[in-house]
Amino acid sequence: MEILDIIKSENQVFCKTKLMTDTALSYCPGCGHGTVHNIIMEVIEEMGIVEDTIGVAPVGCSVLAYEFMDIDMTQAAHGRAPAVATAITRTWPEKYVFTYQGDGDLAAIGTAETIHACNRGENIVVIFVNNGIYGMTGGQMAPTTLPGMQTSTSPYGREIETMGSPLKITELVANLPGVYYVTRHAVHTHKHARKAKKAIRKAFENTRLNKGLSFVEIVSNCNAGWKMNPIESNEWMVDNMFPYFPLGDIKVNGKLK
Amino acid sequence: MSELKLMKGNEALAEAAIRAGVDAYFGYPITPQSEVIEYLMTERPEKRTGMIVLQAESEIAAINMVYGAASTGKRAMTSSSSPGISLKLEGISYLAGAELPAVIVNVVRGGPGLGTIQPSQADYFQSVKGGGHGDYKLYVLAPASVQEMADFVEDAFDIAFKYRAPVLILSDGLIGQMMEKVTLKNQKERMTDEEIIKKYGDWATTGKTDRERNIITSLDLQPEKMEAKVHKLVKKYEQMEKEDLRFEKIDCEDADYLIVAYGSSARISQKAVELAREKGIKVGLLRPITLFPFPKHQLLELANQVKGILSVELSAGQMVEDVRLAVEHKVPVEHFGRTGGIIHTPDEILEALEEKIIKHGNIRYHKI
Repeated sequence: MEILDIIKSENQVFCKTKLMTDTALSYCPGCGHGTVHNIIMEVIEEMGIVEDTIGVAPVGCSVLAYEFMDIDMTQAAHGRAPAVATAITRTWPEKYVFTYQGDGDLAAIGTAETIHACNRGENIVVIFVNNGIYGMTGGQMAPTTLPGMQTSTSPYGREIETMGSPLKITELVANLPGVYYVTRHAVHTHKHARKAKKAIRKAFENTRLNKGLSFVEIVSNCNAGWKMNPIESNEWMVDNMFPYFPLGDIKVNGKLK
Repeated sequence: MSELKLMKGNEALAEAAIRAGVDAYFGYPITPQSEVIEYLMTERPEKRTGMIVLQAESEIAAINMVYGAASTGKRAMTSSSSPGISLKLEGISYLAGAELPAVIVNVVRGGPGLGTIQPSQADYFQSVKGGGHGDYKLYVLAPASVQEMADFVEDAFDIAFKYRAPVLILSDGLIGQMMEKVTLKNQKERMTDEEIIKKYGDWATTGKTDRERNIITSLDLQPEKMEAKVHKLVKKYEQMEKEDLRFEKIDCEDADYLIVAYGSSARISQKAVELAREKGIKVGLLRPITLFPFPKHQLLELANQVKGILSVELSAGQMVEDVRLAVEHKVPVEHFGRTGGIIHTPDEILEALEEKIIKHGNIRYHKI
């Protein structure tokens, strides 16, 4: 019996969401972006809101998110996704609007747009993928690069004295009244990915209920940028990133934990 | 009902935006254009027509909000003044690259840097030579009266949606701040969401239905695709030159000399033309209403008739370069203009015409 005789649609118990296109992902093998894309698309499919969802892609590794997500998407200038999403939700208040942003996009060049969209309590979902490095440009220091961590622009390790501390922007925005839900997750195991998916579902439900801004951080790896293999990078993430960026809810239903 | 009112240029533009059925305005205060957002906030257009007005955290955020609303087929606009427009240029380049219709208003003040809050026309290069990065052009309308501040809003959106391209209204602190009577048009209905989805469903990101997904982006990593995009943009700009050039000729029929001026300088130059004619000097005025497209063929035609041309602009000499290019060195072309926020008088313009052009007699350059 050939393997293709066994793999038939009637025997299939699991398949990828229809909302992921068949385009091959441009991400490095072992990168967390693909999983994050997948769980967002699963949530949108399960909620049956594809006709009412507009995504905003950033600049960074996920600049091509619109190639993989089979939904209407607008690609924003570097850091400006929350401003772009603001206008979409203001002019289409019935729609589900989300941004998908990396650490450089959201917490460095786009800090003002992030803080002010949060402060206005825009009725959007912000998905923040934090891997502590600029992946697309080849591994430069990010606002969330850990102390002592080597990158191509901190080749001797991030010096706190001259380069500042890693920015905990998630904790920062949690203090703003307009922000309704803030949570931090990871996707390196099935268990973590399932939890992250639940959080994203909750975030989109908040949009449905017009509750204001939901902010979901995913602490992720960058095995290429960190110069590790995928397994090593996930172990390094657990040992080094999680202590600095602890997983769990930070603000739920408008109340700080 | 159309209505006759006495208004500031900035206020007339804001009121016209409401009446033109604009969906959204995003702005940030800067002198001398803050009256636009102040007027809109006072008028509560959300109640009048459902138009969204939002004060953004920066000029950068405001132009990217315009980008967001425009990407969904909504009629969105922003306004600012020179330093603020510099901040918006990245977003304007993205609008052009992503082929989005939008309207940007620049009520120009003197520069460079923080410069002055007084009127200027020194943003000509920034407006017509790109300003932002990459191969793009803006369709640029230059109002010369409070009436045109009002009328050009709707005209600008018509062009923006005809070409799916950003359009700039290049005003200045004089036109923005001065009061004149203005006839305001009747209220136009805003398009409904259903109408937008029906009309712009082939490109706007309004939510994927049974069609293919719509993507708004200015990124094309494949060189051949990117070059094709640039060629497509160039075709649009060529079509603008063929179909949507606007200019006004005043007293040109018998003119021996020509003044070229736009916006507030055109208003002042018109008086200089009168003064010259009282002295028996036959001067005409060509007023470009669009700065891109530029009335270059009209200028070349006039260069065969007149003995010299004075380009008048509140700048150190910017448009004069395009005038020289257009007339192919057939006649002398000189620049006159005050800077720093000082506004030239009709007498100064006439004096400059006499000193810089007429004094040198009938010089005609020969073809090389």
